[in-house]
Amino acid sequence: MKIEQIYREESARILATLIRLLGSFDLAEEVTQEAFAVALEQWPQTGIPANPRAWLVSTARYKAIDLLRRQTRLEHKRDELQALVSNKELDETSDSMLSDANWPDDRLRLIFTCCHPALMIEAQVALTLRTLGGLATEEIAKAFLVPVPTMAQRLVRAKQKIRDARIPYRIPPQEEISERLAAVMIVIYLIFNEGYNAAGGDLLIRHDLCAEAIRLGRVICELLPRETEARGLLALMLLHDSRREARTGADGEFVLLEDQDRSHWNQEQIQEGLALTDSALREAPPGPYSIQAAISALHAHAKTANETDWTQIVALYDVLMRLQTSPVVELNRAVAVAMSQGPAQGLALLDELQTRGELNGYHLFPAVRGDLARRVKDWPMAAQAYRQALSLATNEIERRFLSKRLAEAEAK
Amino acid sequence: MQYLLLIYGNEGYWQNIGPEQQKMVGDYMEFTKGITASGHYKGGNRLDSTSKATTVRVRDGKKLITDGPFAETKEQLGGYYLVDAKDLDEAIGIAARIPGARIGSIEVRPIVSVSRPS
Repeated sequence: MKIEQIYREESARILATLIRLLGSFDLAEEVTQEAFAVALEQWPQTGIPANPRAWLVSTARYKAIDLLRRQTRLEHKRDELQALVSNKELDETSDSMLSDANWPDDRLRLIFTCCHPALMIEAQVALTLRTLGGLATEEIAKAFLVPVPTMAQRLVRAKQKIRDARIPYRIPPQEEISERLAAVMIVIYLIFNEGYNAAGGDLLIRHDLCAEAIRLGRVICELLPRETEARGLLALMLLHDSRREARTGADGEFVLLEDQDRSHWNQEQIQEGLALTDSALREAPPGPYSIQAAISALHAHAKTANETDWTQIVALYDVLMRLQTSPVVELNRAVAVAMSQGPAQGLALLDELQTRGELNGYHLFPAVRGDLARRVKDWPMAAQAYRQALSLATNEIERRFLSKRLAEAEAK
Repeated sequence: MQYLLLIYGNEGYWQNIGPEQQKMVGDYMEFTKGITASGHYKGGNRLDSTSKATTVRVRDGKKLITDGPFAETKEQLGGYYLVDAKDLDEAIGIAARIPGARIGSIEVRPIVSVSRPS
C-alpha cells in the first residue's frame, strides 16, 4: 500500500477519530495534515507501520499536545491540554490495542455532525465534502461555482457554530436516527445530483462529486447496515451513474435515455445497483429512494428503450407520489404515463400541472411538453415549448440539445 | 451550557382569551414545572405585548426614544426561557416541547460564557 492510497482511504476516518479525541475540528484537521507530512518523510526509510491508521492517530495526537503546550498561556487551552494528556483512551493508543474490531469507526459521528439540520444546507454539503471527502476548499468552491473566499467563509462559520452552539459529536439516539439519516441522505443525494445534473462548470470535478457521493453512500450502508433506505439511495446513485458514458455523445451533446447506446452502460454498477434495490425492497416497506431505485432498475433491465416496462414504472410513480408528493415527481409520472398510455394522456397531465403553476420557471417542464408535442407531431406547440425551455435552461449542454430540438420543430 | 429559548408568535393570539388560550396557559405551567424538576430551568418569563414596548437608542450622547419594538415582524417575541443543556440537541429537544412551538417559532441562542474567548 502506498501513502497516497492510505491518505485517500484513511484520512477521513483518522480525522473523525481525532475530532472526537480533541473536541475541535480545526485542531484535528491541522494535526491530521501534519501527521501525514511526518509519514511522508519517515515511511520511505522506516517502511509503512503494521497499523498505519493507529500510527497516524498517535502521531497526530502528539502533534496536538505539542501545539497546545505552546499555547498554554491561555487558560482554556490548559484545560484542553489537561484533558488530552489525561485521556485514558489515548494512553492506550498502542498499535496492538488498535485492531479494527475494538476501535470504533468515528466517521458516522462525523457524518451526523456535518449534516446537522442546525447548519445551513450549503454548509452541510461543504463540510461533508471537506471532512469526509477530503476535498480542498478550492475544489468545493469550483464544484459549486462559488468564489473560494465565500466557500472558506462558509466552512469557518459552520465550524464556529458547531463549536459555539455545541452541536454534539455523536450518533443520534435510536429514536432520532431515521429523521437525522434522512437529512444525511439529502446531503449525499444533493452532492450526487450536483455532479450528475450540474448547471455548469468543470466536468472532471463533477465526476468526482458523483464518485464521492457514491463513496459516502457506501459508508452509511456499511455503518448502518439495517437502514434499507440508505441502500436504496446507494442503488439509485449507482444505477444513474451507470449511464454516465452514454448520456453525452461524441461532441459532448446531451443524449436522451431512449436514444442512449445501452452497450455503454456500466454493467458492474448496474449489477450492484440491482442487487441493492432488490434487497432494499425485500426487507422493509420501501421509502422514496428505494422506489426511485426500482424505477431506475426497470430502465436498466430493458435491453432496448422499446422494451421498457412503462406500466410498471407508472405504478411505481403512483407509490412514490403517495410517499412524497412533489410537482417534479408528478412531471416524471406524466412522462411515464405518456410512454405507457400515449402522449395525449401525458399532455393532459401536463395541462393540469400547468394550471397549478408550481413548475413555472423549471426548464424541464416545457422541455417535456416539447417532447410530447413532437410525438403527436404538433410542431407549433413543440416549438413554443422548446423556446420557453431555452429561456429557462442554464446548462450549456442542455441548451444545445434544446436549440437543436427547436430548430427541428421550426423546420416542419 | 446555557441557551436562551426565544418564543416568537403572533401576539394577536392572546388578544381574546378563549378555551384554546386557557389550555395553552395550562400547558405552559405544566412545561415549566417539568423542566424545573429536570434541572434544566434557569429562568423565564412571558413578555407583555409589543404595543407596550419602547425602543431606546443613544446617539452622540443623546437618548432617542421611540414607541414600539426594535423591528416590526410578523411574529413577535412573546417570552423566553433560559435553560441549562448539555448540547444543542438537548436544547432543541427542550425548545420543541415549549407549547408555543406548535403555533409559533422558538429561536435557540447559545449564551456566550465569560471564560470563552471569542
